[in-house]
Amino acid sequence: MKPVLTTRGLTRRYGRRTALSDCTITVPSGKVVGLVGPNGAGKSTLLRIAAGALPPTAGEIEVLGGRPGSGPGQLAKVAFVAQDTPVYAGLTVGDHLRFGAKTNPRWDDAMARERLKSLGLKLDQRAGRLSGGQRAQLALTMAVAKRPELLILDEPVAALDPLARREFMQGLMAHIAEHEGSVILSSHVVSDLERVCDHLIVLVDSRVRADGEVEDLLAGHHRLTGPRRDTADLPGDVIAESHVGRQSTVILRGPAPEPDPAYEVEKLSLEDLVLAYMSSDARPALEMA
Amino acid sequence: MEYVVIEFHLDGRSGVSPYMQLVQQVRRAVRLGMLTEGDRLPTVKEVVARLAINPNTVLKAYRELEHEGLAAAKPGVGTFITHRITDSSLAAHDALRGELRTWLDRATAAGLDAESVEALFVTTFREHTETRTEEPA
Repeated sequence: MKPVLTTRGLTRRYGRRTALSDCTITVPSGKVVGLVGPNGAGKSTLLRIAAGALPPTAGEIEVLGGRPGSGPGQLAKVAFVAQDTPVYAGLTVGDHLRFGAKTNPRWDDAMARERLKSLGLKLDQRAGRLSGGQRAQLALTMAVAKRPELLILDEPVAALDPLARREFMQGLMAHIAEHEGSVILSSHVVSDLERVCDHLIVLVDSRVRADGEVEDLLAGHHRLTGPRRDTADLPGDVIAESHVGRQSTVILRGPAPEPDPAYEVEKLSLEDLVLAYMSSDARPALEMA
Repeated sequence: MEYVVIEFHLDGRSGVSPYMQLVQQVRRAVRLGMLTEGDRLPTVKEVVARLAINPNTVLKAYRELEHEGLAAAKPGVGTFITHRITDSSLAAHDALRGELRTWLDRATAAGLDAESVEALFVTTFREHTETRTEEPA
């Protein structure tokens, strides 16, 4: 299937500071794709460029076969929920709906009203008075009522408490269960994405460090622990290694190593796997399509 | 009959993948008689709206249950339990338990302590299940 987003050498500078440097990435369509990486990896910049909210300084980007921000048709296909899920504080919830209906050709008013009702949001409430969780839900409602082909969410739950986080993800997943489309969401917390993503991309310093279906990533990595050893003769690629005293701990990419009673071989949690990539900058990037 | 019969839950630290946890919970409910022939499983939307998980995880679990012959999807209506486990494997338990006891005696005689026995069993069991799931359906 045609990817939903591709970039080549995408770069964005702010004066002398480079926020995204020579980023080349392919995001598959029809999936929930998680974009993880440490703060400053370029996630927000990449997503804002993809949404058409920010022009790149150099490089190429294609989103759903078009150039971001190239016209009303392109804008209608992509919905973007920026970091901190902004809403218009002075407007009521109902004003938001009227605004959405006026500015979006494919606006689904019935769906928006139904969603807000089930969340207990009243139309005469001022957005500035809503709790963080309610504001996030309003922003999500605005985005999904556009009926986008691609929904982009930048750190949507970062500012929310655990209950609001869960409620937000429940709402997002329930929406995906009923509607076609692709979703890209970013987070610097892997556990936020673990259950909701089909596909994960790890971005560190504008570079793709790991990229694949969550299940393939989990099946394709192992932690080997045992007596201190040289890692050169191990099968697969060494992603991270630490040698302390008499012990070696190695994180390997590839099939499970041959059983050896002296070494314990374990699967990694997604979080440990991502952290291994984040802390091993010098290693080659991973492709697991 | 249109009510939710069971509710799924997930254990994030179990090491068992979310879809397999759902499969196991249905199998268990059927075995215990909590789910019987004709019962409707929660819809995909109901499950994801509760657990905040990817819909594909639920679809995959339901496909697995269909593949096992435990459930069947009626398009536009839902996924229904089609099978009653009249656990015919129960009869084999005694003989298998006996063999396992003999094996445990041999392991102890070979000098393995309880922890080593458990580790050996768990790793072999895991390898065995993984090879089995890797075989094409």
